[in-house]
Amino acid sequence: MAEAAGPGQAADTTSPESLADTARPESLADAARPESLADTARPESLAEGAGPESPAGTAHPKSWADTARPGLLAESWRTYRMVAGMWIRSTMTYRSSFALTLVTSFCVTFFDFVVILLMFGQVKGLGGFSFAEVALLYGTAGTSFGLADLTMGSLQRMGKRVRDGSLDTFLMRPAPLLAQVAADKFALRRFGRVAQGLFVLVWALVLLDVEWTPVKVVLLPVMLVCGAVIFAAVMVLGASALFWMQDAAEVTNSFTYGGNTLLGYPPTIFAQELVRGVVYVVPLAFVNWLPALYVLDRPAPAGVPGWAVFASPLVAAVCCGVAGLAWRAGIRSYRSTGS
Amino acid sequence: MPFIELESLEKTFTIRRRTGLLRRSKREVRAVDGISFGVERGEMVGYIGPNGAGKSTTIKMLTGILTPTGGRLRVAGIDPARDRTRLAQRIGVVFGQRTTLWWDLPLKDSYRLMHRMYRIPDARYAENLARCVELLELGELLDVPVRQLSLGQRMRGDIAAALLHDPDVLYLDEPTIGLDVVSKARVREFLRELNTTNGTTVLLTTHDLTDIEQLCSRVMVIDHGKLMYDGELAGLHAVGESERLLVVDLERELPPIDDVAGARYVRSEGPRQWLAFPATESAAPLVAAVAAKHPLVDLSVREPDIEAVIAKMYGGTRDERRESLT
Amino acid sequence: MLRLYATVAAGGFRRHATYRVATAAGVFTNTVFGLILSYTYIALWDERPQLGGYSMDDALAYVWIGQALITVCGLMGGGFEEELIERIRTGDIAVDLYRPADLQTWWFSANLGRAAYQLLGRGVVPMAVGALAFDFTLPSGPGTWLAFLVAVALGSVVSFAIWYLVAMSAFWLLDGQGVVQVAWLGGLFFSGMLLPLTVFPGALGEVARVLPWASMLQVPADVYLGKYEGGRELAGAYAFQGCWALVLLGAGRAAQAAATRKVVVQGG
Repeated sequence: MAEAAGPGQAADTTSPESLADTARPESLADAARPESLADTARPESLAEGAGPESPAGTAHPKSWADTARPGLLAESWRTYRMVAGMWIRSTMTYRSSFALTLVTSFCVTFFDFVVILLMFGQVKGLGGFSFAEVALLYGTAGTSFGLADLTMGSLQRMGKRVRDGSLDTFLMRPAPLLAQVAADKFALRRFGRVAQGLFVLVWALVLLDVEWTPVKVVLLPVMLVCGAVIFAAVMVLGASALFWMQDAAEVTNSFTYGGNTLLGYPPTIFAQELVRGVVYVVPLAFVNWLPALYVLDRPAPAGVPGWAVFASPLVAAVCCGVAGLAWRAGIRSYRSTGS
Repeated sequence: MPFIELESLEKTFTIRRRTGLLRRSKREVRAVDGISFGVERGEMVGYIGPNGAGKSTTIKMLTGILTPTGGRLRVAGIDPARDRTRLAQRIGVVFGQRTTLWWDLPLKDSYRLMHRMYRIPDARYAENLARCVELLELGELLDVPVRQLSLGQRMRGDIAAALLHDPDVLYLDEPTIGLDVVSKARVREFLRELNTTNGTTVLLTTHDLTDIEQLCSRVMVIDHGKLMYDGELAGLHAVGESERLLVVDLERELPPIDDVAGARYVRSEGPRQWLAFPATESAAPLVAAVAAKHPLVDLSVREPDIEAVIAKMYGGTRDERRESLT
Repeated sequence: MLRLYATVAAGGFRRHATYRVATAAGVFTNTVFGLILSYTYIALWDERPQLGGYSMDDALAYVWIGQALITVCGLMGGGFEEELIERIRTGDIAVDLYRPADLQTWWFSANLGRAAYQLLGRGVVPMAVGALAFDFTLPSGPGTWLAFLVAVALGSVVSFAIWYLVAMSAFWLLDGQGVVQVAWLGGLFFSGMLLPLTVFPGALGEVARVLPWASMLQVPADVYLGKYEGGRELAGAYAFQGCWALVLLGAGRAAQAAATRKVVVQGG
């Protein structure tokens, strides 16, 4: 469920780096930004197209500033860790409040699952799926979404940064913008959602009566990571739109929080058009539905080719490319309009 | 070649305004309309003008945040719009009304982030920090969370944060706004020191003419996106025919002083009288003349307000562009 | 004085009315969530018709009423507490306290304007979309519509009272986010936003139905669905909402008085 009302300010804070590391969608999404070229290579003279200008400044004893920088991915990751670290420390200055928000974050998402428990208190199955099967869907969607939300959730606040002009401060720093914005107000309490997702996932795996094959065993973690990357890409895409429309942040929630809710239920209960929509238009079905159907030995939805159940990594990569392009276009538009 | 160089720099915005329920009108606004100037390394320049004149748009282009619509622009030999990240290493920016420090953390934590983000070598960082701490008197503040600092302390903290990476250029936007007299003096003193010893180029926007008077040998006035004046502050007064005020406190209530050449009586209030004189003239002979003829107890000189000077300069014409821009 | 508060309320309405894009984005999101929840309810009621005393058409109406009332009745945040907490945190609140108007009444009025706008701007469209897509239960007549609006108004008041009380905690906790989260959680679960309270089993259901959050969605929805038969039962429902409103508004006043003393003593 959407966090619309959630915490405004200080509650937001930071991440266990190890976890963020596994997902690390921000750097991936960034990969498509050719700005990396501008940063590392491109000698001045080339960049300017003019002759061998000898810039007045280069003689200055600041060799360290111009030394070769690592690639954009590494640079983004480094920036992300630094900024997120600062936010963690900020949160820790309000320790009791942090403890409370971490617990509630866990509970908020758990109550979400209680609804499913309550449902199954009334019925045996939902759309032909047993409780354990629905729990697998819920756990995988929840974990993936939780990881994306933990690492990139702050992006939905970017509209405010654009509106009040504080984004300019980020642009003046020698660090990738996406990493700075994604790590802004990093909230470790969002880890509660990941923990809850994993908890339900483990529960589902214990209950499930599945014939495990090596392919299925590999598919499970791949599904979690790719799912997180797809969600993260959607978040970056949504944030890119904020460069043009600062008030439209909530639309992204439809696809992120809404997608998370959707994917926690079996595809069989939804209208065919809706299922087709999340396969072909906003490819959320690749987060967990399609791979999970394979794990559960169930057929893919009608009309979806069989190999699609293994296509999540490919879809995730394409999503990152699209999100990266959108982000670049967003920055370019911002820099030409200064909106 | 100048360190900062602008050549017919232009920035045009398209403003969309809702004129009906669904209808929208488009309008082109030239926020910066062909500005050219050069600033040499080590210069300290005041960049002034009314709100909406195009000051902040120019600064945004100089820092690479905004892409110019036309013209040519180089800062330290770098094209800001293309090499924003690389330029960031060479410039420092301070906004008087917006802090970049971390609200809930001790001041030194913000500095540590700068250290890492700008990849400042350890020795250089330690050296720069020590100097800023000494000159800006930050020693006791380093362990204090920023939210507990006073406005003046925070401004000093922000200035230090912008200087740790040894920028060649420092952009200051209203650095003394809202500060008390003592803090203002301290900030100005530091900037002067920085400019003389480091040769840091400083570009300063302000509404406080005293900032300019005490710091800048050169001032540029921008209005309606055009450069209206570029030269010494004294020259600006000449162009604008601006007047300074001499406030004299006499021993007792006396008739208006009208026997001093070069001064014009404005008003009086008990034993205090206000005299106007051209801003281009020195106050010293005037003070001597007044003291010779009248029982003087105390006196002070008031600087003309920058807005008033500019308004006088250009007849105070303002079109609607001013409202639509910030 | 009344005119002042009327002006404040009108201001609250206009202020939110300027955010057209945000409203459109909100309507879109509410509609998407309504769609998703509708299908889960259909699956559930397919298995168990008449679950919780609702027919499937009732259950679908319930989903869309919930989406329509999210912002009106503050089911996921009151929509004003963040701003109020920020004012308390930064100390700007001291200015408000010296104003010749009562703090709670001031914010109440502003929130009234906000809720009125949200009802029109974000309530109507999702309901209409849902009704077209799922053909759910509609009220039996204009009388029921009217009764429903009264229940919504009362629910909105209870919501304001709760969130105001939450915001007041910031006077003591400085960082009010923990309390906000707990309140958010309580609201989400016990308002019936996730699942109708009539479906909650046994004691959990009984407790949930007497908590203040039930006034915010469950009661208005039941009024809409005509679950209260006769004027007496309806009056009982209103009384339930009214009592909670009075109790919570009173608690908010007490907290405000204590906070004012604290601010005066500390000098802001």
